[in-house]
Amino acid sequence: MGFMTIDGRKVEFTDEKNVLSVIRNAGINLPTLCYHSEVSTFGACRLCTVEDDRGRTFASCSEVPRDGMVIYTNSGRIKKYRKLIVELLLSAHCRDCTTCVKSGECVLQDLAHRMNITNVRFQNTRELRPLDTSSAALIRDPNKCILCGDCVRACSEIQGLGVLGFAFRGTDAMVMPAFDKKLSETECVSCGQCRVFCPTGAISIKTHMDQVWDAIADPNTRVIAQVAPAVRVAVGDAFGLTKGNSVMGKLVAVLHRMGFDEVYDTAFAADLTIMEESNEFLERLGKGSPLPLFTSCCPAWVKFLCDQYPEYKENLSTCRSPQGMFSAVIKEYYRGYEKNQGKKTFVVSIMPCTAKKMEILRPNSFTNGQQDTDAVITTTEIIRMIRNSGIEFSTLTPEACDMPFGFGSGAGVIFGVTGGVTEAMLRRFADKHDKATMDTVAEAGARGDEGIKEFSVTYKGIPLNICVASGLANARSVMENIKSGKKHYHIVEIMACRRGCIMGGGQPPRAGSRTKAARSNGLYQADNVTSIRKADENPLIVSLYDTVLKGKTHELLHVDSY
Amino acid sequence: MLDQSYYTKADEIIAHYGRRASSLIPIMQEIQEAYRYLPGELLTYVAKEIGVTEAKAYSVATFYENFSFEPKGKYIIKVCDGTACHVRKSIPILEALQKELGLSKKKHTTDDMMFTVETVSCLGACGLAPTMTVNNEVHPSMTPEKALELIAELRGDNV
Repeated sequence: MGFMTIDGRKVEFTDEKNVLSVIRNAGINLPTLCYHSEVSTFGACRLCTVEDDRGRTFASCSEVPRDGMVIYTNSGRIKKYRKLIVELLLSAHCRDCTTCVKSGECVLQDLAHRMNITNVRFQNTRELRPLDTSSAALIRDPNKCILCGDCVRACSEIQGLGVLGFAFRGTDAMVMPAFDKKLSETECVSCGQCRVFCPTGAISIKTHMDQVWDAIADPNTRVIAQVAPAVRVAVGDAFGLTKGNSVMGKLVAVLHRMGFDEVYDTAFAADLTIMEESNEFLERLGKGSPLPLFTSCCPAWVKFLCDQYPEYKENLSTCRSPQGMFSAVIKEYYRGYEKNQGKKTFVVSIMPCTAKKMEILRPNSFTNGQQDTDAVITTTEIIRMIRNSGIEFSTLTPEACDMPFGFGSGAGVIFGVTGGVTEAMLRRFADKHDKATMDTVAEAGARGDEGIKEFSVTYKGIPLNICVASGLANARSVMENIKSGKKHYHIVEIMACRRGCIMGGGQPPRAGSRTKAARSNGLYQADNVTSIRKADENPLIVSLYDTVLKGKTHELLHVDSY
Repeated sequence: MLDQSYYTKADEIIAHYGRRASSLIPIMQEIQEAYRYLPGELLTYVAKEIGVTEAKAYSVATFYENFSFEPKGKYIIKVCDGTACHVRKSIPILEALQKELGLSKKKHTTDDMMFTVETVSCLGACGLAPTMTVNNEVHPSMTPEKALELIAELRGDNV
């Protein structure tokens, strides 16, 4: 508590952790490259440097606020420093901005504009290094790395993996996995959080847009899209619409216009997942098979568990992810010649997730030796494709998904936020569907953006202990507690990205706390306005079991092993 | 693949310093002491055992010039290139050694694993500049000629 003077203006502060937050709360957008409130303070980029009344300069991110401080954020000296810092960063940076995937979203590019840098006086003396394209989901370009360490801290502090680290020293310093290994040779789970944290184009999504455009252009290919829940709440603001509001109708419309033959909602497959997963759980509970049951929707989590805790593979649900189930069902539906009218079927899934690109290549994501999902397009890529097509998104008239798989219940929609899978499962277990019952389920403890949530519910007289966690560092704590016997759960839901898929590695980056809240509210609102909120009451699901899935439930919806 | 004996040795060293992240550097030093280099596989092993990530251990190992993932020669020659030695012409000594042994800035060790030539920033013997050490034995007031004589002597020693 206290007051400080910022640029001659008296500013009150309360519990801000550092001077930087006080300055930003006072309406001055001091630039930073290495400061993220969710990870430890690093103090490396020096862009938040300010000056005090004694002429001392310091990094405001690393200074505790004190009463009576007098701070200048825009003195002549500070402005000069800041510009020089950006100029020096640019000097050791590949400056092919026009062809960079990050162009337009790059923090460094923004800063160069802001600082009005028109000339870089220093030569780049760094050796040109090869790109790492080994990962199915990400591309690492060391030539664009500015050594801010954001990816290093995201990977180790939020995801508890620490695949990336600094190596060497001084001008030789670089960010890389140990021994300069390729990402594919490491325990990288493709979650893409490094890419979300990266301010430049040093880590980017491996794009598959061209493949999709080619498929659309081919008249002998039926191109089918499935759109994941979290995508619909992260696209609107790129086109000037209200942050976090679901734009599913417009998305369906734009995909149709772009040339997709059919557009479906992955929430439909989420309903399918709930049917299968809750059956599996009840079966395990009855048979005394290994518990807790771990959810298997999140491919990054599945890889994490298989790499780090292989002894618990048995506990992973055998259910394919909603993406996997949907693609398998679509491919099965169009398998017969009469149905496919001689056309090839190409399934594109539009996902908030980079790890989904890795998931589709997993051998257990294939049915009868054939790849089910042909391409994964992240939210970031679909925004680019919409821009590419020139269609005015914001004024489009919303459209509905196609049939026969065009409807997902509210339970399926909330899959995109941490706790959503659990809540959907609890709804399935509820024997009524009135508002009061749904409200009780909602208040059971699955909602909220805490990293680890624990609660108990009673199902037919049996108390069930449930744990919901997001972020793999949190998942690791949960696993350690289970391993040491400290905790006993029946169901454990894990999403690899903090807050769930709404903050996935394929979502548009640079989302602040308001965006995070807006995206989760957006999904809960979309659920709220859906008449059918239980997966088992989705009529399309009910009929699917009598048609496409007849006798093929295991083959199409489950994996044999991990 | 390293021989099992390396891992047994590493286990002993880890047990001595304790399974703590803070033991990383002393453990790495002792492994390097034992094998004249730090085998990469052992670094990975140590990291896992003491609970630091492989990338973090690699980060520490590459930060310090002293750690080497390459096996070093029987004779480790360190030519001082601190300020005092540098102005008293240590670089010609280094160049003479590199030429004689067929080494370069990138290649530090001879193929027969006899000699490793490196520079150090200061040996703390500026009064004796230019200096170099051979396996920790200090040779003062060196010249390129004296350095070459020393090599011949060491080679003879080995015959």
